[in-house]
Amino acid sequence: MNRFAALLDRLAYESGRNAKVRLMADYFRATPDPERGYALAALTGALSFANAKPGLVRALIMERADPILFALSYDYVGDLSETVALMWPAPPAHLRPNHAPLLSEIVEALARLPKRDLPAQVAAWLDGLDDTGRWALLKLITGALRVGASARLAKTAVASLGDLPPDEVELVWPGLAAPYEDLFAWVEGRAARPETGDPVPFRPVMLAHALEAGDMAALDPAHFSAEWKWDGIRVQVVAGRGAEGERVLRLYSRTGEDISPAFPDLLEALDFSGALDGELLVRKEGRVQSFNLLQQRLNRKSVTPRMLKDFPAHVRAYDLLVEDGEDLRDRPFAERRARLETLVARLAASKGFASRLDLSPLVPFSTWEELAAARSDPASAGAGEDADAVEGVMLKRSDSLYLPGRPKGPWWKWKRDPHTVDAVLMYAQRGHGKRSSFYSDYTFGVWSAGSEGDVLVPVGKAYFGFTDEELKAIDKFVRANTVNRFGPVREVVHDADTGLVLEVAFEGLARSARHRSGVAMRFPRIARLRWDKPPREADRLETLEALIREP
Amino acid sequence: MRPEDLLRPTPRGLHCPVGDFYIDPVRPVARAVITHGHSDHARAGHDHVLATRETLDLMAIRYGPAFAGATQALAYGEHVDVGGVRITAHPAGHVLGSAQMALSWRGLTIVASGDYKETFDPTCARFEPVPCDVFISEATFGLPVFRHPPAARETAKLLNSLAVFPERAHLVGAYSLGKAQRVIALLRAAGHDAPIFLHGALIAITAYYEARGIPLGPVRPATGVAKADLAGAVVIAPPSALTDLWSRRFPDPVAAFASGWMRVRARARQRGIELPLVISDHADWDGLLASIAATGCSELWVTHGAEEALVHWAGTLGLRARPLHMVGYGEEEGEDAPPPGDAAPTPSAAGEA
Repeated sequence: MNRFAALLDRLAYESGRNAKVRLMADYFRATPDPERGYALAALTGALSFANAKPGLVRALIMERADPILFALSYDYVGDLSETVALMWPAPPAHLRPNHAPLLSEIVEALARLPKRDLPAQVAAWLDGLDDTGRWALLKLITGALRVGASARLAKTAVASLGDLPPDEVELVWPGLAAPYEDLFAWVEGRAARPETGDPVPFRPVMLAHALEAGDMAALDPAHFSAEWKWDGIRVQVVAGRGAEGERVLRLYSRTGEDISPAFPDLLEALDFSGALDGELLVRKEGRVQSFNLLQQRLNRKSVTPRMLKDFPAHVRAYDLLVEDGEDLRDRPFAERRARLETLVARLAASKGFASRLDLSPLVPFSTWEELAAARSDPASAGAGEDADAVEGVMLKRSDSLYLPGRPKGPWWKWKRDPHTVDAVLMYAQRGHGKRSSFYSDYTFGVWSAGSEGDVLVPVGKAYFGFTDEELKAIDKFVRANTVNRFGPVREVVHDADTGLVLEVAFEGLARSARHRSGVAMRFPRIARLRWDKPPREADRLETLEALIREP
Repeated sequence: MRPEDLLRPTPRGLHCPVGDFYIDPVRPVARAVITHGHSDHARAGHDHVLATRETLDLMAIRYGPAFAGATQALAYGEHVDVGGVRITAHPAGHVLGSAQMALSWRGLTIVASGDYKETFDPTCARFEPVPCDVFISEATFGLPVFRHPPAARETAKLLNSLAVFPERAHLVGAYSLGKAQRVIALLRAAGHDAPIFLHGALIAITAYYEARGIPLGPVRPATGVAKADLAGAVVIAPPSALTDLWSRRFPDPVAAFASGWMRVRARARQRGIELPLVISDHADWDGLLASIAATGCSELWVTHGAEEALVHWAGTLGLRARPLHMVGYGEEEGEDAPPPGDAAPTPSAAGEA
């Protein structure tokens, strides 16, 4: 456990993706089975046991520490698990357990231990661990293990042990269980690829390239189909029958993470055999809702009846990968599309299905000009009521096979032009990792009428979109025009005549009670630096408010 | 006779009315007794300074030879009489030359320990408990959450990171007097014998340590070295340099920081540290309690840091204790920690879209 804790500790501070992968790979290489397997399970969120309550942790320390010293310490540290881990009075060496508990022991014990035995067992573990080990243990048992490494990253690290593409691990993953000895044996070349035996496996998805200005001239519209690009979450719905003949259905994210538990409403309604590709949306009263509402359903392990009712999930299908055990990925898109249309039409007859899954329509066009017109006005080009949820069009070659990854040529995404606003830089914060010597996170504002004339109100924060050269220039501006410092944050000059105007691009806008301005931007990034523009000419809050469409 | 007749806190520092001198005064005075060379304790501009040879030399390196009107060196174990008060210097184990100053007068002994740590440090003489009536202790890490791990465990973390990321420079923030040299010595003890690169602010002090017979192996200035030659190298710099423009000269640097504050995650994160190293030159909670007990004092005065917790602890043992509420300490090079509870504020106005 101490070694796993040291890994978590390092991951928690490391900001670079590749560095995280290397740290995990280094740990997997140096750690024997089954310890590394349980670590992988912990990192991928595959462990399940009833979490201990913070009250238990507090009670344990109260039995062992002076209450005033605990209160002063907790006040200073600010995190219960960390405070307890740091101040836990380790018993003298001769009274300590003779070895630090292994992660495998902890996981196995948590699965079978009656609740009443938990406090004594946790205390015994804490006695045997070092401070980092205690911190990790308390985070693990209270279900608050967050170290900024996704399941995908952990699987990438496993794949790197055998120089495999991460998708290879993703493919076998659904059939595996902790401690994953067969997986490690395979990636290390000591055993054959594990048989998944999973009736509903994930298939690596096919991705599109963004269409650039020059690309279109080389493409023949006759070779392509177009469909709306929906502003939701790409999902793969896989349904089949288990060994006992029971219905099995799983919802995967585009990286292969199983997100089924958060969507019981879909699982219940969809009954078919195969794998289809589509967009996860929230659909209510016959209309696709904003991405904001969809977000209420994401990143949850469970879901309340209230949320099911308020934010009903829906899949808009646009490709069929497998049907009744037949793999269609090596058939051209046109054929897959026809099969998909037939399937959806047939299923629409069954109860409750149509409200949970429908077909993403094709957008008819014969020239690029026609498609451009549709893209700029989806409402009158077939998207109707759902036009607000359209973020562009997808182009798919009619003869394109379903290829994993992002092959260049067969599929293109052509997004709608983003909204832009001219805003004034107000605060800049230092970045992390490679950017730790740069002020690279920018809070910007627009003008709004205040009691004493116009004032800037912050409307968002952006930390990308600029080039390295632009970053240097903004950093220089921030350092030369600081009017206030708050730890890693600098306030920069921002009055009517002096300041830096940023052209900010964003995808959408929603009302937000959390923001002082009352609006929240989606996906804001710096599009251009407007050195030429005085702050007084930046946009006003009313301009943004006009963009919000009331639901 | 009360201890306050011999020594009392004033806005300028601890003042001894009998001998008319100050200990670690924060403003210029006629007569100063200085415990060690950190800038929050050793300031320039006094008429007369009494300190160890090393502290005097380090002050001259930092402030120039004219840092005081006159100086007087006092070796460990030696004493001088100032206006009837006998002052004896004892090692404090904090940094090279750091001394506890024991004041004896009419059978009463007060020990002003300055900053101290009781653990072994190859770069300075080890702390020794001095029997006394009143012990004056710092409380920089005076909370039971501060239990410094063995320093070797922390250097192992650094060396492990060097092995995993051999193409990245490892920038270690360390106070330029004491911590920087201790980190070098710890790395040497762990078998790291490659050249270690230094920020300019560290060079003179590090050379002085070597001149006093503390071997630190090959050290080089970090400036003027080709970027590629710094891959996989350890570079030591004052903490403020880690986020400074200066750090851009290094290949994909890992930001490390050697400090007792690194034990608390929020502290490390606030500073954007990727590799926190809990290496401190101050006693941790257990060290404070053990050191105080070892003096056999009947009264404890607590200067800077988490005074409340230490005073509370003394109360539970029936030991008379008072906080001195001294200000101006604990800010070595403006880089030591902010006071507890003073999380860096972010402007409430900043949006978070």
